[in-house]
Amino acid sequence: MGGFLTRGFRGKHRPADPARIPPGQYETHDFPVLSAGPTPRLRLADWDFRLTGSLDAERRWTWDEFQKLPRERFTRDIHCVTKWSKLDTEWEGVSVDTLLAGVATKATHVVAFCDGGYTTNLPIEDVTQGKAWIVDTYGGHPLDPEHGGPARLLVPHLYLWKSAKWVRGLRLADADEPGFWEALGYHNHGDPWREERYWND
Amino acid sequence: MTDVPRATLGVARLIWREAEALEIFSETPRVKTLRLRVPGWMGHRPGQHVDVRLTAEDGYQAERSYSVASAPRADLPAREIIELTVERLSDGEVSPYLTDELRPGDRIELRGPIGGYFTWEIGDGGPLALVAGGSGIVPLMAMLRHRAAAAPRVRAVLLHSSRRFEEIIYRKELESMTAEDPNLRVVHTLTREWPENWRGERRRIAFAMLQATLPAPAEKPLLYVCGPTEMVESVATALVDLGHDPARVKTERFGPSGE
Repeated sequence: MGGFLTRGFRGKHRPADPARIPPGQYETHDFPVLSAGPTPRLRLADWDFRLTGSLDAERRWTWDEFQKLPRERFTRDIHCVTKWSKLDTEWEGVSVDTLLAGVATKATHVVAFCDGGYTTNLPIEDVTQGKAWIVDTYGGHPLDPEHGGPARLLVPHLYLWKSAKWVRGLRLADADEPGFWEALGYHNHGDPWREERYWND
Repeated sequence: MTDVPRATLGVARLIWREAEALEIFSETPRVKTLRLRVPGWMGHRPGQHVDVRLTAEDGYQAERSYSVASAPRADLPAREIIELTVERLSDGEVSPYLTDELRPGDRIELRGPIGGYFTWEIGDGGPLALVAGGSGIVPLMAMLRHRAAAAPRVRAVLLHSSRRFEEIIYRKELESMTAEDPNLRVVHTLTREWPENWRGERRRIAFAMLQATLPAPAEKPLLYVCGPTEMVESVATALVDLGHDPARVKTERFGPSGE
């Protein structure tokens, strides 16, 4: 709808650094919470992280074993499909590359699965080569439950619904299949720079 | 949240449509309802939202999401008329435009409906337990309006928290809805100020109020909670503590992490 103008709208929140704000997004300094249901609570002693599905043998880490894996600290911008973007967020966790090291698989996709039943699907190339982490630390502190603690997937180059909260593992899959929001009208891939919000965007 | 409900959107891309403002009226000092005509609108499910996009002269655009307040209507011309209820956020960018500047006859771009999970239709059954904080009432009101139009026999309870009496959104409509409907109960609580003769609740929604007001877990109600993050977080946790199945508690949160 090129050329459409909204009478009387001037816009007062123009981003300081537009090159870092994808189309249709605005910068926030809060950390809003979006979840479809109650926040799951569980004891760390009951937590584990698993790799399942199409691979040579399942892998499993308890919380203590997960804590001993090589960790990375990094700073990224994050973008939520509900329109907010937050710049320079600081995270710490384990790269998905580290978890997949030594795994023999021909999988083309992964499905993240979570406490509470949430799932989300990603092509394997979107979670490897330094693009995705299982994080348990935000801003130097343990990740709050409402933000996905004890641990969430973080895939900062895609809309944040792909960064599944309360993640408990990745299922390696030989075919793509939609996850929770992807079955409910949200885009299968979710690249904020291409504004892939909803089906067929 | 264990089973994914059926997909609700067509395969077609959600295109931007030019919606015309027909009427704008005040609900409370900070909240207005926009009645819009959206050419080509094919309807929505109660609880769904739309994206609104505003474009400035230099091409700058701002997008935000708003819940649809009206019930879906099957036939034209009513089908293409929808209502959005918008709370003015003083530091906001889009809500001050919609509540202060928009006039009947103006056009805004809009696309939707969006969101297939936080929805309720007659076929989903009941009893229905709705918990709202402030303007979190809006998607729940779409459910109540749909219910009133289609099946008042489904038992429903709305627990609605507002700061002040004057800030209760849809107060009069809710009054007349309950007056006509023995299967609907509406409970208001005021958290900041209340009139001298106020006999209702005067606290934030918490465990005891939820226990006293909503159907018991054994009745397997469908629970919907919408409001500011902090409120939704504490109410959803309390509902699970009360024994409600987490898979039956649907939440929608808005705003930054404070109110």
